Amino acid sequence: MRGILREPLGALGLTLVAVVVLSAIFAGVLTSYAPSKISPTERFASPSLLHLLGTDHLGRDLFTRVLYGGRIALMIALGATLASLVVGVVLGLIAGYGPRWLDNIMLLVFDAVKSFPTVMLALTLVTLFGPSLYAVVLVVMLVNVPGYARIIRTQTLVLKSAEHVMAARSMGASATRILGIHILPNIIGPILILVSMDVPVVVAIEAGMSFLGLGVRPPTPSWGAILNDGFANIRDSYWIVIAGGLPIVLTTLGFTFLGETLRDLFDPRLKRRS
Amino acid sequence: MTVLDVRNLSVDFQTEGGRLEALKQVSFTVPANRSVGVVGESGCGKSTLINAVLGLLADNGEITSGEIVFEGGKDLARLDADSMRALRGQRIATVFQDPMGALNPVLSVGRQMRDIQYRSGLSKRDKDARSVAMLRKVRIPDPESRLAQFPHEFSGGMKQRIAIAMALMMEPALLIADEPTTALDATLEVATIELLKDLQRDIGCSVLFISHHLGVIAELCDEMIVMYAGEVVESGTTREIFHDARHPYTQRLLACDPARLSHRVPRLPTIAGTLPDLRHRPPGCVFQPRCDRADTQCLTVPPRASLGGSHSARCWHAEVPLAEVTA
Amino acid sequence: MSAGSLLEVNDLRVSFRVGGLSARLAGRATEIEAVSGVSFSLDRGSTFALVGESGSGKTTLARALNGLQPAVAGSIRFDGQELRGLSNAGMKPVRQRMPMMFQDPVGSLSPRLSVRSLLTEPFAIHGLSNRDLDTEVRRLLALVGLPRDFAERYPHQLSGGQARRVGVARAIALDPVLVIADEPTAGLDVSVQGEVLNLLNDLRDRMGLSMLIITHNLHVVRQIADRMAVMYLGRFVEQGETEAIFTKPRHPYTAALLSANPEPDPDKVHQRISLPADVPSLLARPKGCEFHTRCPQAQPRCSTEAPLPVVVGDSRLTCHFPLNT
Repeated sequence: MRGILREPLGALGLTLVAVVVLSAIFAGVLTSYAPSKISPTERFASPSLLHLLGTDHLGRDLFTRVLYGGRIALMIALGATLASLVVGVVLGLIAGYGPRWLDNIMLLVFDAVKSFPTVMLALTLVTLFGPSLYAVVLVVMLVNVPGYARIIRTQTLVLKSAEHVMAARSMGASATRILGIHILPNIIGPILILVSMDVPVVVAIEAGMSFLGLGVRPPTPSWGAILNDGFANIRDSYWIVIAGGLPIVLTTLGFTFLGETLRDLFDPRLKRRS
Repeated sequence: MTVLDVRNLSVDFQTEGGRLEALKQVSFTVPANRSVGVVGESGCGKSTLINAVLGLLADNGEITSGEIVFEGGKDLARLDADSMRALRGQRIATVFQDPMGALNPVLSVGRQMRDIQYRSGLSKRDKDARSVAMLRKVRIPDPESRLAQFPHEFSGGMKQRIAIAMALMMEPALLIADEPTTALDATLEVATIELLKDLQRDIGCSVLFISHHLGVIAELCDEMIVMYAGEVVESGTTREIFHDARHPYTQRLLACDPARLSHRVPRLPTIAGTLPDLRHRPPGCVFQPRCDRADTQCLTVPPRASLGGSHSARCWHAEVPLAEVTA
Repeated sequence: MSAGSLLEVNDLRVSFRVGGLSARLAGRATEIEAVSGVSFSLDRGSTFALVGESGSGKTTLARALNGLQPAVAGSIRFDGQELRGLSNAGMKPVRQRMPMMFQDPVGSLSPRLSVRSLLTEPFAIHGLSNRDLDTEVRRLLALVGLPRDFAERYPHQLSGGQARRVGVARAIALDPVLVIADEPTAGLDVSVQGEVLNLLNDLRDRMGLSMLIITHNLHVVRQIADRMAVMYLGRFVEQGETEAIFTKPRHPYTAALLSANPEPDPDKVHQRISLPADVPSLLARPKGCEFHTRCPQAQPRCSTEAPLPVVVGDSRLTCHFPLNT
């Protein structure tokens, strides 16, 4: 923790992430408006003490919508990333430690899924299930899982023939024990860093899908949806675009800085090279 | 003529737990056309010594005192990086335990041997002819056709011989060999030692040979130094040290070597205790905490006791002969 | 099977498939026999050493005994039970009584586990966690001569010798009858080598252990093994009493190995038997006696006719023209 704060970018990243997370958690305390309350008399208001970021085309308080939108963004980002991680790790361990034929089949599936373009994948899923929060999560998982699984698989293969694993096998340890105690703890570190750096990507995916109307359904607040509202009404007020875009930029930057600092701390060799 | 003259070399490392004295007042010389062995166990400072000579100390390492005089002129401890790089591979060559450190897996052996000769100004054909001659010298069968092969197509012993050929290609003044036979099987180890001996005579270079294996040093080297915890505790000719070691550490080390035992013994000799923490060196003699001959005098740093000729030991009690220890 | 023998190995064969489909289609050899018809027996309370250079198949043989590598033919009888063909579940109780130590002292310890966890793992695996594990850890550390507080250390905080002691402690945790040790002194300093060998000898005497030691270091063999076998290209070329083989090697390869030991005496006049050429590939085993390509004593017969093992007393030899007869 002290190491993160010693790096200027790390400190900035940590601050940004903290602000975003805290404001999402305490959204209800920080604002007295309801996120979807329409107020036709206050359309396109500029920022003021009453409306910190102004209002949109329906007179909804943008500050409130940004805070609640943060909730959605973070829930999806963290939830979908965590789910991808768990599924990726389990599949990777099975592919790496299991029999060769199973490994071959799994690799084929990973590569097939990975070769779909994200946008087409998203469109297909939305056509199948309709736009929803779950569609976003599903897209994120399909995008992330093959990559995570492949990395875990490679590392597992390397460790499978390591002496400490052979030693555990020679003692009669079960496969779950070997994977859980002797392999996973030794390979999970780098993956966690990688995953933390993927969080901003997921934020962007969620925003992008919601912007296109494929993600979270209105009137639920989402940064992508706010951005979309802003573009539709750009002639009446440019504040809406700023209110939707700024949190995306800041959150992405925050998580990226934090992730990079973490990576450098865990693996100083990478840093010296760059 | 002296090829390498190391005088009072001290190297410190800055670590999280404080300053660590990896080398302390190390002095020795490598005369022309001679092989000098450096023997010592892990943590004795062998690698730091090589890296200091090669100008390859890690970022947190620093030469705090001393000189490394090469061929009577340049002080390697103060040489700039470019001049140092020009010396490495040309005047000072190295062979390491793992030959793959010297060989590029994706280039053919012939190409790599040609690349080393980039300063020679020879034509490609002449360079290849020299490579073939060198490979023949290290006893690679059928060298002409093997130039086109890649490192993985050679056995472990052959790879090490190719690494030796590449090191000696430019006829260096000094060959630094760091445990070059440790990873080899016994039959190959013996063959490699014989080869190094012949080549050294042939090319007329000096060898600084680092090993933990006493038998190998005995076979290959004319002179040797014994290192313990970053200090030279004893130095002399190989014969002097193997027959008449005077430092208690050298004596015990020799006694520990199972190769000296021609029959089964109920208990193998060992050296009690462990290497001191180099961040907090013991007062006086560095071996004193593990030495059964230690007394109050040993709490002050012992002088280098001259034992006739080039033989000297850093000990207050260097008069006890080896026979009394091993008996 | 004689009354005193604990492990009886008969005509054991282990092979690997090498090369992929392309090699098979091209008609190249795709199977190598790493262990090729090995027979020996190990008496209760005794130590047997397998000696050979890298690639001789000694590590593969050890792994086959423990079931880490399936054997394709032959038999392994351990304490009266046939091990070949046993499933993982069937091997489990055997592994409890026949633990194995691996070459790399530090690398064979799981890097994220404390010494305490490493030492209690055998108990956890074999469902004995109900024992007083703290006492067990203290007992084991004391047995191998490590201070109690080492229980809290991690492998990277140990020296090679200390890590090796932890490895020994783990191997003897469940009161085994036979310990298989692959290069127990590899990578250790000479002064530490002695400590480890003394420890192994002590434990054998105190616990009545039997040991199978795999090593390329002949000095180690002489100090620890009662009997030994010399391996070349996956076969035993000579086996017998250690002292007898050291004083009177009968196979030319054994003789060459013994002569290839650099001795710490600069004035020693060596009568070396130098072996020409490299070890042949297992993919292209020489015809006749497999050592004839490198044997200084080879005669025409050796390149055509494979010698059969000859049993004299309790020694076994595979050579047409033995030395010292």
